[in-house]
Amino acid sequence: MISDAALRHLQEVADLPDLAGTPYEIRETIGRGGMGTVYLAWDQDLEREVALKVVSLPEEGGSVTERMLREARILARLEHPGIVPVHDVGTLPDGRVFYAMKRVRGSRLDEVARTAPVPERLRMFQRICEAVAFAHAHGVIHRDLKPENVMVGPFGEVLVMDWGVAKTLAAGADAESTPPAREPSPLTPLPASRPSFRERGTSTEAGTVLGTPGYMAPEQERGEVGRIDERTDVWALGAILGFLLEGSEVPRPLEAIRRRAMAAEPEARYPDVEALAADLSRYLAGLPVGAYRESFLEGVGRFVRKHRTPILLVLAYLVMRALLLLWLGR
Amino acid sequence: MPDHQPEPGGRFPLTRRSMIAASGDADPEVRQRAWEALVTSYWRPVYKYLRVQWRVEREEAEDLTQGFFVQALEKGMFERYDPARARFRTFLRTCLDSHVTNERKAARRLKRGGGQAVMSLDFGGAEEEIARHGASQELGLEEYFHRELVRALFGLAVEELRRRCEDSGKPVRFALFDRYDLQGPDAPERPTYAELAAEHGIPATQVTNELAAARRELRKIVLEKLRDLTGSEGEFRSEARHILGVDPG
Repeated sequence: MISDAALRHLQEVADLPDLAGTPYEIRETIGRGGMGTVYLAWDQDLEREVALKVVSLPEEGGSVTERMLREARILARLEHPGIVPVHDVGTLPDGRVFYAMKRVRGSRLDEVARTAPVPERLRMFQRICEAVAFAHAHGVIHRDLKPENVMVGPFGEVLVMDWGVAKTLAAGADAESTPPAREPSPLTPLPASRPSFRERGTSTEAGTVLGTPGYMAPEQERGEVGRIDERTDVWALGAILGFLLEGSEVPRPLEAIRRRAMAAEPEARYPDVEALAADLSRYLAGLPVGAYRESFLEGVGRFVRKHRTPILLVLAYLVMRALLLLWLGR
Repeated sequence: MPDHQPEPGGRFPLTRRSMIAASGDADPEVRQRAWEALVTSYWRPVYKYLRVQWRVEREEAEDLTQGFFVQALEKGMFERYDPARARFRTFLRTCLDSHVTNERKAARRLKRGGGQAVMSLDFGGAEEEIARHGASQELGLEEYFHRELVRALFGLAVEELRRRCEDSGKPVRFALFDRYDLQGPDAPERPTYAELAAEHGIPATQVTNELAAARRELRKIVLEKLRDLTGSEGEFRSEARHILGVDPG
């Protein structure tokens, strides 16, 4: 006979990972998701807090385990201030795979964005772009970019999280020795200075839809795995930009940047995240943006706004000079 | 690898295979044993659901419970389950609702299994549980049925854990588990690991290890039983996440 309280307790303890043989000690549950649970744990060897992500169920060679391992490996190779570092990976005595990563303090972007002023939101967005561009340069497409997957730290630092459905692309240099990919990916031609990438064999079956509605590019929503590339993330970044600008009056050039990032056809989008970030930087610097053809008057208005102080100084000088001439001419 | 291996006694255990799948087996013995296993797991939630949610009198609930499972065997109800359409527990509850409605309409309750026990089911024990947990009528039909199913599942798992601990000569392991994890949540003050260690004359570190081992074994048993009681891998994963507190992905 199990009471309600005992039942709740048993459900809880049966779900707790068995950390025997590891240096970790669980402190509390941070969050739960489809793949597994994230715990706040204490690393007794290094005497520091870590976040421990543990797969929900043991399943040797199963898709969830494979994804967890892939996520850990992807994070391990992406050393960037905007991407959470992985410390350790392993299998628990009960067969569940886990990995330990840096404990991230802060709040989710969707929780903090609305309270921040628009320029601050745009700066956060630029940092997200930097992390994603870095991942792209290392052949990794996130595929599930959304405000809930971005953490903002107490000092404004931005971390892109949840790389569990990321797609890895094999570097061109290695591709010769890589077995033929199941679904060759037609990718945007990249600048000659960067390696070209193609999909590795460990990816998603055609027709599989991974991602979050509202933040999935059309080709991703249709399950066209072979068409997913950097521009798929560009689309999601456009959606995040739209989210960040919700509730505020959006200037036309900025709206044009969002629209171009979210174009239905990948060919009509920015070719990569750097191009998107560069256009946004031009907007923030008061320069014309590539996504928007402004009229003569708009150009004048932008010029005046950008150079307001020197223009006012010149105007003040001219008025003073005119007044002086008038006074001398009397 | 075959689905079921012969036991020394000649019977085929239905290990590593869903009981639901086995309930449609060509071998009548396998089918019968799968049915018995499903009855063992489900009769308690079914009975409590009838008593609490349908507000059926005790005697009628006993008859309806027996009749429901007899009819399930006779009509091959479990074989008709399609994992693609619903979870097994939802399917079972829907069948049960139809069964009650039909039986009441046709007033055939006493003809079919009425008063005739098909299995020795501890209805008295189930009544005590209902009395102890209250009516819980604030829960919806699905939630109540699910909660009682989870309770039955953990009840069977705890019994299995007790048996395994005894068979492997580790009665202290189960005694610690019983005191800390089963009785502890309802006790005015849960015993500390140090107190348990003193009671059993073992180091406190051993208490930690024994409890961890018992919980690990419990989790394993729960998952084994759940695999038996679900119709597909997807349903198993979804139910496991639900039961173990993880949101389905």
